[in-house]
Amino acid sequence: MNNAMQLQFKSVSENEAFARVSVAAFVAQIDPTMDELTEMKTVVSEAVTNAIIHGYEEDPEQMVYISCTLSDHSLSITIEDYGIGIDNVELAKEPLFTSKPELERSGMGFTIMENFMDKVEIYSLPGEGTKVTLTKDFQTSKSLSN
Amino acid sequence: MGFNTNFTVVENVLILRIEGELDHHTAVQLKNEWQHHMQYHQIKHVVLNLEDLHFMDSSGLGVILGRYKEVQQLGGEMVVCSISSSVKRLFDLSGLFKIVRLEQDESYALKSLGVAS
Repeated sequence: MNNAMQLQFKSVSENEAFARVSVAAFVAQIDPTMDELTEMKTVVSEAVTNAIIHGYEEDPEQMVYISCTLSDHSLSITIEDYGIGIDNVELAKEPLFTSKPELERSGMGFTIMENFMDKVEIYSLPGEGTKVTLTKDFQTSKSLSN
Repeated sequence: MGFNTNFTVVENVLILRIEGELDHHTAVQLKNEWQHHMQYHQIKHVVLNLEDLHFMDSSGLGVILGRYKEVQQLGGEMVVCSISSSVKRLFDLSGLFKIVRLEQDESYALKSLGVAS
């Protein structure tokens, strides 16, 4: 299965559900398990929430971009914003680290992404934006036996 | 993508049942309602029934951790029950079970707090 799709939407919190449900619908074509679908929804929710809260500091007039590529049994999801960027990516990846404790952020976003996906790549430039690429191989999915 | 909350008070326990999807968007609403009920009622403990919670991300962990700190200030306990395997995974990852106790269901949770349901 080779396929691709792109989404772009305003940086408002209503779109967190839209983004994860849309990506799940796209991934459904390779017949993933329920657990794999939940993992996809969770990591998309984490990355989109980061873009809205941290990248754009909740400015609703900005745009978040998602692109997904399915290649054989590998899924790649890129979530991109043109916001403030991350000063220290290694620090941001630390479990429980948050730059916004006053907003009751748990600081678990990147830890969850790293646990649920095979590969997490973060490319960020302060003042220019952040691009997160998440990759997963669907070894266990039923699509392999088709 | 519904989101609903149901708050009940039994003796000194606030029971909160969450239904639907808990993310950054719905966490803001949950925090406001939860804080209101904690201030309005004379309660000490919180039981969080997650039986009908179909999705949660780290924003949910944040709002639970925030209320845990408030329950702790009241000298109370927070107990979570009827949790799905995917939500349990997030609790495990974040270490939340070190401070929030897990029980099988609401009646066990209430019994563990010395309240007959």
